[in-house]
Amino acid sequence: MRETAAPNPSFHVEVEAEETPVKVRGVWAGYESHVALEDVSFSLERGSLVGLVGPNGSGKSTLLKVMLGLHRPWRGSVRLFGEAPAAARRRVGYAPQSELVDWSFPVTVADVVAMGRIGPVAGRTRVWPPASLGPWRRSGREDRIIVARCLERVRLDSLAKRPIGELSGGEQRRMLIARALAREPDILLLDEPMAGLDAASQHDVIHLFEELRDEGKTLLVATHDLSCVAACFNLALLLHQRVVAYGPPSQAFTQDNLNATYEAHLMFLPFEGAVHAHNHGHE
Amino acid sequence: MSDLWEFFREPFGFAFMQRALFATLMVSVVSACIGTFVVLKGLAFIGDALAHASFAGVATAFVLGGNIYLGALIAALITALAIAFVGSRARVSFDTAIGILFVGAFALGILIVSRQANYTVDLFSFVFGNVLGVGRDDLLLIAVMGLVVLVTVALFYRQLLFTAYDPTMAAASGVPVGLVQYSLLAMLGISTVVALKAVGIVLVVAMLVTPAATASLLVRRVHYIMALGAVVGAVSSVVGLYVSYYGDVASGAAIVLTATVFFLLAFLFSPRRGLLAAMRAPIPGGHA
Repeated sequence: MRETAAPNPSFHVEVEAEETPVKVRGVWAGYESHVALEDVSFSLERGSLVGLVGPNGSGKSTLLKVMLGLHRPWRGSVRLFGEAPAAARRRVGYAPQSELVDWSFPVTVADVVAMGRIGPVAGRTRVWPPASLGPWRRSGREDRIIVARCLERVRLDSLAKRPIGELSGGEQRRMLIARALAREPDILLLDEPMAGLDAASQHDVIHLFEELRDEGKTLLVATHDLSCVAACFNLALLLHQRVVAYGPPSQAFTQDNLNATYEAHLMFLPFEGAVHAHNHGHE
Repeated sequence: MSDLWEFFREPFGFAFMQRALFATLMVSVVSACIGTFVVLKGLAFIGDALAHASFAGVATAFVLGGNIYLGALIAALITALAIAFVGSRARVSFDTAIGILFVGAFALGILIVSRQANYTVDLFSFVFGNVLGVGRDDLLLIAVMGLVVLVTVALFYRQLLFTAYDPTMAAASGVPVGLVQYSLLAMLGISTVVALKAVGIVLVVAMLVTPAATASLLVRRVHYIMALGAVVGAVSSVVGLYVSYYGDVASGAAIVLTATVFFLLAFLFSPRRGLLAAMRAPIPGGHA
């Protein structure tokens, strides 16, 4: 009974491959007053750097919240490594928009990054009772080492003891990325981590993203910076309630797709391979 | 010199003054711990509400002959949960929910008391505070409730801090944010009851807010604010008790006013956040 000896390549591939990091299928979501996401489906592979692009109110933040298990979709499913979002939290790092963070709160940069170690993290699955009880237990030795390494990675190690209220815009965003990294996640969901960065810090941040991608992590980065996505990202996901286009930026950023995403408020200037979008209002 | 020593020693030669001192020190530490969260999250109105709502429990326990602290505690906890529940479900704002519930509970307390022919001093010591009348049983209850709060804060400090600072991110990290927030409200309820007899319903919120707010102008990490807030509260208590003893004035009011003076001093002279520092440097805390 050896007639199946001939290998079936597709079967073989399925066994070898790890579960896909992100699978979103037919997700509808919204709020009392409006629909935010309509029938959104896409998958993200291991080791990809994906730009999530769309105008304000296009559902980017809602999509990230659904993927984090913080917002329940009306219909459809999200699977992260084959698990529901709430069950996969130990493998997911998240950085919110820095406008949503209370920068007057009396904590230091290191305090905030150490918060990334609270709750279930990769390699430590116990949720409750919490793994590190009490201020005298402090965070464990391993936690402190990881926090220091993450601060170094975003080049904030010299500002570890600085109150967060004294950070510049670029330092704020790098701190939020460091906190997401402190979970040592396989999936990173970052909400506008590059907004308002100067050219040098933007270069640093993108270099960090590329490093993380090459380590096999999966990054979904919400951003308004089309030229940056075109130049540095593997894939672009154009969102306007629906998925308008999903693919390599060179193919996804067509005039039609961008018009559909931004509702034709823009004009496009192809410039040395990158796409620059300018609002007509500024002309 | 020995006159001066006698001046400071004499009040605390009395047992009732010793009990008052112990009670106010306990109140200072507990209030500073919870008060730090109150100041950082703007929960002062809720703290005031829980203190007032506890009057319904005080009145009920008084009429039924039960333990007055227990009554106050139950009323404060029910109100805390009701505020959280109504605020999250009903189509009224959080502020409005608090306003309706605490005035309702306070009115219920007045209604119950008004049926009683004899208003006693004992009952009204809870409204205006009478720390000099704190008995041994009161002390024990204050100590037990205070320890419950302090131990809970110590055990779950990191979760409380994370939730207070960034609830969305805390939830995304798997911290049970709802449970943490309800617990904080419950501890706020317990803290108001701890402070009831020392300063009275009307002044409880001052013990919660003023020392922690003073400390927040001077130091810049949460656990430092708690520690310095406790010191400010304790020093205010001691000074207030002396003023009360020698000036023959209400002790609760003397303690709260002393704390208020400390706050004004910090508000004016804090090296970084003070009004004078702000006037000298046109861009306060400016970052290059």
